[in-house]
Amino acid sequence: MNALAVVIPKFQLAGVDWAVLLIYFIFVIGVGFALKRYMKTSDDFFLSGKSIPAWITGLAFISANLGAQEVIGMAASGAKYGIATSHFYWIGAIPAMVFVGIFMMPFYYGSKARSVPEYLKLRFDEKTRGFNAISFAAMTVFSSGISMYAMGKLLNLLLGWDFNTCVLVSAFIVLVYTFLGGLTSAIYNEVIQFFLIVFGFIPLVFLGLKNVGGWEGVKARLAQEGWFRSEVLGESMNPDALTHSWKYMADTASNPMGVEWFGLVMGLGFVLSFGYWCTDFLVVQRAMAANSMSAARRTPVIAAIPKMLFPLLVILPGLLAIGIAPLADKALEPAAKSAYIQKIQAENPQLAERLAQHNVPSIEELTAAGGRGLVPPKLDGEGKVQIKKNSTGEPILDKEGNYVVELDYDLVIPMMLYKYFPAGLLGLGLCALMASFMSGMAGNTTAFNTVWTYDIYQSYIKKNGSDSHYLWMGRYATVGGIVLSILAAYAAQHFNNIMDILQLVFAFVNAPLFATFMLGMFWKRATGHGAFFGLVSGTLAAVIHHGLTLPYGSATGVKGGFFTVLHNYPSEMAQNFWTAIWAWSTCFVVTILVSLITKRTKTDQELKGLVYSLTPKPSEDGIPWYKQPAYLGGAVLAITLIMNILFW
Amino acid sequence: MNLDIRVPIGTMFSLIGLVLFVYGLLTSGSDIYAKHSLGINMNLYWGVIMVVFGGLMFIFGLKAQSKSKK
Repeated sequence: MNALAVVIPKFQLAGVDWAVLLIYFIFVIGVGFALKRYMKTSDDFFLSGKSIPAWITGLAFISANLGAQEVIGMAASGAKYGIATSHFYWIGAIPAMVFVGIFMMPFYYGSKARSVPEYLKLRFDEKTRGFNAISFAAMTVFSSGISMYAMGKLLNLLLGWDFNTCVLVSAFIVLVYTFLGGLTSAIYNEVIQFFLIVFGFIPLVFLGLKNVGGWEGVKARLAQEGWFRSEVLGESMNPDALTHSWKYMADTASNPMGVEWFGLVMGLGFVLSFGYWCTDFLVVQRAMAANSMSAARRTPVIAAIPKMLFPLLVILPGLLAIGIAPLADKALEPAAKSAYIQKIQAENPQLAERLAQHNVPSIEELTAAGGRGLVPPKLDGEGKVQIKKNSTGEPILDKEGNYVVELDYDLVIPMMLYKYFPAGLLGLGLCALMASFMSGMAGNTTAFNTVWTYDIYQSYIKKNGSDSHYLWMGRYATVGGIVLSILAAYAAQHFNNIMDILQLVFAFVNAPLFATFMLGMFWKRATGHGAFFGLVSGTLAAVIHHGLTLPYGSATGVKGGFFTVLHNYPSEMAQNFWTAIWAWSTCFVVTILVSLITKRTKTDQELKGLVYSLTPKPSEDGIPWYKQPAYLGGAVLAITLIMNILFW
Repeated sequence: MNLDIRVPIGTMFSLIGLVLFVYGLLTSGSDIYAKHSLGINMNLYWGVIMVVFGGLMFIFGLKAQSKSKK
């Protein structure tokens, strides 16, 4: 058996796995066919006729965001950053989801806007809408393409399936159900996919926890990993940092993320999080399909409940994977695994005692397959293990003078599935994985067809078409969106760097967005010129900040420093957070300044339903307290606070 | 719209659960469970849980559908 086969095993699907996959595909397409006859108007197709109950839109709201980036990426981050990965949920999502539900949905839903860009038109002017609509439409197509590419690449690696077949089959399935049933079909399938992901990952977490001896076992293994990374590999972090979320956030050198609390709270918790959850039409569209104002406001808050608990399903597998011996059936001789045990005993007897108490595998056992735990090493195109290099291409050595292996954290979930799932359950696990890819694709496709039809085609190409014409256009925009996504997937396959650059450009465009919406909704003096020039200057600020800074150890280029390097950040994440902070602040200030020197073009009457101070507060009369967004949101925030304290 | 999402979810989960349960029965005692799932026949147990969950979803969905048939 060669080294490649040891570290990245190929999955063998049994008949029962195929049966499970077949049932899933039949139902996903079946939902599209069942809903086809209800799609009579463009409102039915693009907005589900505003007829969906809150619990369904709530689960779709969370599921549209549960793409591959979430399931694969958060498990990878769990293995890489430890418990601090929970910040992406408890700081980076929940507060924004509660905020959009309580404060912003009344404007989106009550203004009768059919999309987020259309809200910008009603509140500001045409050029602000155009800027947002065109950048958003391009972004959704590329995001969908990246999902297809990632799915094709992963299934090719794990199952040996042909990349082209994976891309085309997944595109065809998503196309069929979104073409036939529009947004309703996407929402219904997102609910199915939500339950599938939950039922696919619970057994994984259960078996992993049982294997390591529960939560205390996880913490002991993370403590050893932290010791190894700081004391042997020489990484800048406190040895205890992987088991805490806030304790080591005071300075960048103490935690594996390389960020400090202000950058984290402002950059992730405010700018990026509110910018995504409060302004991204992909998720807001689900809430806009709700059957009442109250249901629309409850949608993001209902979604926040599973979102709050999702770290247990998607981060925990990463925490588990880093401490499970990859070759458990091939135990090492005691002499072959004693070097690090003796070293830990000499340096930290308490830790050594804790490791023995929880039967934690030795470092030698964890690195026996070339990676660490179940995380395999990254392989280059020839199947050779990659080693870490600095910005000049020199290999990085650890404190003992050895090369440091680059780990492929993105394979955490597949490796866990391979280890713990027998035939049958493996089919369910793969279904969950595919569901996460496909819900991301369908979410992007339905957002694209709506923005294309309402905000681009109807606004600039054919203004006075009939409703049936726009329904027809929506269907063909779905086909166009899928075709463009396929092209984007192939672009990603052939020019990996191009996708990095595109994602960077979209990050620049998105970073200032929340400042525009915040001022638009809560300050009636904000003008169209202010909003447009605020957005443009915020985007430019993001470009300039990125071009003048660079994370340590990175080469200039996509990673930054393309003008000159004035400042080095400890990590890429820290640089991203501060780029967002600069972009948001610039947009905020410029929007205010330009608004103050330009004339208002909208009267108070025109801004009714679009601005907080001019809009009657939504009435909650007759709605029981436990269904009111404010009470629900308060409860969610209180539980989130408790979670933060528990894992401090 | 007269299609409650709980009906297709319930049907799908019951079917998948049934497939897992039957496969778990057929492979009971096989070494695949020792190799993969810590010796526990997860197909059997998880199959039952999925059938129960799917059944409940299906019943609630049908009830809601007949109510809306208002």
